[in-house]
Amino acid sequence: MTDVQHGRTKPEPSQKRGGSGRVASLPFSLPLALPLYLLAGTTAVLAVLPLLYVLFQAFSEGPSALVEALTRGRTVELLVNSLTLTATVTAGCLVLGVGLALLVSRVRLPGNRFWALVATLPLAIPSYVAAMVWMEAVPEVRGFVGSAIVLTLCTYPYVFLPVVAALGLADRDQEEVARSLGRGPWYVLTRVTLRHVQPSAAAGSLLVALYVLSDFGSVATMRYDTITRAIYNDYANRFDMASAASLSAVLVAVTLLVLWGEARARGRARFSRVGSGATRTRPPRDVSAELLEQLPPKLTRAPGLAPAVRALTGALLVLPFVLVAAAALVFPVVSLSYWIARGSSAGVDLPRMVETALTTLGVSAAAAAVTLVLALPVGILAARHRGRVPRLLEGATWMGYSMPGVVVAVALVYFAVNHAFALYQQLPLLIFAYALLFLPAAVGSVRSAVAQSPPGLEEIGRSLGRTPPQVFTRVTLPLAFPGVAAGATLVFLTCMKELPVTLMLHPTGMETIAMRLWSATNVGRFAAAAPYAMMLIVLASVPAFVLGRKATAMER
Amino acid sequence: MNTLPQRFRLALVAVPVFALMATACGGDDSASGENGDADEAITIYSGRDQELIDPLIDMMRESTGLEIDVRYGDTAQMANQIETEGEDTNADLFIGQDAGALGFLVQEGLLAELPSEITDQVPAEYRAANGEWVGISGRSRVIAYNPENVDDVPDSVLDLTDPEWEGRVGIAPTNASFQAFVTGLRVIEGEEAAEQWLEDMVANDVQTFENNRSMLDGLETGEIDISLNNHYYWYERMKETPDEVTSELHYLPAGDAGGLVNVAGAAITANASNPEGAQTALEYLLSDEAQGYFTNETSEYPLADGVELGEGLPEVDALEQPDIDLSDLHSLDETVEMLREAGLE
Repeated sequence: MTDVQHGRTKPEPSQKRGGSGRVASLPFSLPLALPLYLLAGTTAVLAVLPLLYVLFQAFSEGPSALVEALTRGRTVELLVNSLTLTATVTAGCLVLGVGLALLVSRVRLPGNRFWALVATLPLAIPSYVAAMVWMEAVPEVRGFVGSAIVLTLCTYPYVFLPVVAALGLADRDQEEVARSLGRGPWYVLTRVTLRHVQPSAAAGSLLVALYVLSDFGSVATMRYDTITRAIYNDYANRFDMASAASLSAVLVAVTLLVLWGEARARGRARFSRVGSGATRTRPPRDVSAELLEQLPPKLTRAPGLAPAVRALTGALLVLPFVLVAAAALVFPVVSLSYWIARGSSAGVDLPRMVETALTTLGVSAAAAAVTLVLALPVGILAARHRGRVPRLLEGATWMGYSMPGVVVAVALVYFAVNHAFALYQQLPLLIFAYALLFLPAAVGSVRSAVAQSPPGLEEIGRSLGRTPPQVFTRVTLPLAFPGVAAGATLVFLTCMKELPVTLMLHPTGMETIAMRLWSATNVGRFAAAAPYAMMLIVLASVPAFVLGRKATAMER
Repeated sequence: MNTLPQRFRLALVAVPVFALMATACGGDDSASGENGDADEAITIYSGRDQELIDPLIDMMRESTGLEIDVRYGDTAQMANQIETEGEDTNADLFIGQDAGALGFLVQEGLLAELPSEITDQVPAEYRAANGEWVGISGRSRVIAYNPENVDDVPDSVLDLTDPEWEGRVGIAPTNASFQAFVTGLRVIEGEEAAEQWLEDMVANDVQTFENNRSMLDGLETGEIDISLNNHYYWYERMKETPDEVTSELHYLPAGDAGGLVNVAGAAITANASNPEGAQTALEYLLSDEAQGYFTNETSEYPLADGVELGEGLPEVDALEQPDIDLSDLHSLDETVEMLREAGLE
């Protein structure tokens, strides 16, 4: 610590990198803030539309019927099932996601970048496909265990990605300071490093928890009774929506609790650099070298020992990645290949597959763009403004994501038929529905990307006489672009896999890969479904790969 | 951070995407039939599987010259959607997977009465009393069993509550066909008897499955010895993987509720924008060609007169339809309620 860097005393709360400490009080001139609030408000209102419909339906039979539906023993049982599964999967994803992220970014592995990408790729496996594969191979896991395994393996990247990115950005100097003050590695890990990643881990867990709460496909295949499965069965098998709506209301209440919990878990304290300049990059720990140093010199001079130690430690260190990849990636892909090679119902219609693939890509890309446009004002507001209103607007964007897709779809069908028939069963409405479902991922990435770009630069732009919109397009957006693009990529990826909303809102005659999968599995023709499942995985692995690269690029 | 090339890259991605979107929208407009020849374009809402119906639609286009769009979904969901759409419905023809959904739409007054030259082609027990829908194929409830563990297959589902069958019977309580059977049981045996039967089955540790397919899997793996399912799932299995099927079928005699013959049926919506086209399509569904397709592809029973049975199917006379009006199967809500009360949903 010879060259004392200016201004580094202690970590100050609530600041982002390069921030001048005035984030909270940054005076936004009204001309820009007002439209921003209006735009964000519009997004929020659109996002709570399905919720309004659910409440309207839930109360349609009168309050007594609603109370009766909510106090049924079955409702309680379903709720307990849903919560147990959600808690288990979230915990599993935290362990897997944070553990793998620490390994990748803090330890020297043979091929760090490669393993980081491998750990991201399970995002490309739709949970219903994974469930199908597991059920066919090991029917014994059905129920809670199978659902937990499948959902954990398919969603842990939601935690892994932000945590890897956060570790890449984390200020390593503080870890060194802690070590130099005599703290052990365990203390540093739990009190310094993990505190750095707490906000990103909490945000990732939120995506996981709400995904699990609203997922239908995998729990249905695994035959595990959750609230969402019951809601789906209500909509699919009955001619009465009130019961499904009352269950949905329960689910929304749970969502609000989860959102509140995440806000608490995000943690008040933020550790960020105060001084200017970049933190020094440090090489990741070389475990095998450290081991060799521990050994007596006599031993290490033995021929072939050093390489052997390196190979062994390397193998042990990548073992977790290998195991996760085997269960989450290799197993489904190999099973699908086997089905493709086997069944007699497999007839691959190539032109149709290509057309379906192009449709899926086009619709998902459009949805990603629209979602981003809707998310921008909310994300910027959340990043640059404190207070209840921005928090509320941001919270509103979670509504669509946390409801089962079928509920959102039914709500939109109802609205379109009654208020906007021209949009009914047309592409714009489908794309809008996707945006409602996947807003949170985009809002979150916009928020963190904007928060990480120093407001000082915007102020300079303003001081040079540029208008707020000019500053936004010339300064804020370019600075935040990589993070925003990652959000759009994630939305793109999730749209490709989406099924219930697509099924109910698509323009007649349009087909996505997920729809074809549904048709084939409906009649139990796995061999016919397998090529489509494989194609979906291959296509989805491209955005997953891009996300993985981006998250790890920050470290270098 | 060099942003310019990145923006450039974004443009590279965006341009083809928008081109794609434009073509998708363009294609959509022409496909939705609004700009097409209105006399010839119809929209079918199908609760039946795409894998099965798509080839049939191609044959229909070929034979009738109609321009046809199809939407697929679950049968009840499709019926709900037609009800939500009301007078503005986009559906001209509805093909349902079971009579209950058709009965529901009859009740809501959303189906048009069909001319007698159509309804007369189908036996009275397989169509609506006032001719709002006709059955296009029949599917019988059966008992599938594992012959290694079952010597004497019961002749009535009512016998399955015996302690002998504890933990050995499988049902698919969320499956529409099973729910239609329970509705049939309520109609035939009365509410109390049906409720009692469900409770006894639960007390007898009945195993539940997500669908007929996974249930037949359970039958092959020895998880259960008896499965209550639709007959054609077993035939499908025989076609797909004949070497792996060890189970056998038992058709229930004497009009037992467990031998209910439900139908997949079709109807023309009351608010159809093209009822003539829908009628042409419906006539085709009852033609020898379409009826033959059903029975050969899915091993279902043809319902129009004078069509040859698919391979391996027992004669229709062997099917003894219980004394029931299939339209009565629409009281699904009570059934679902009853299943819930019994803890089965």
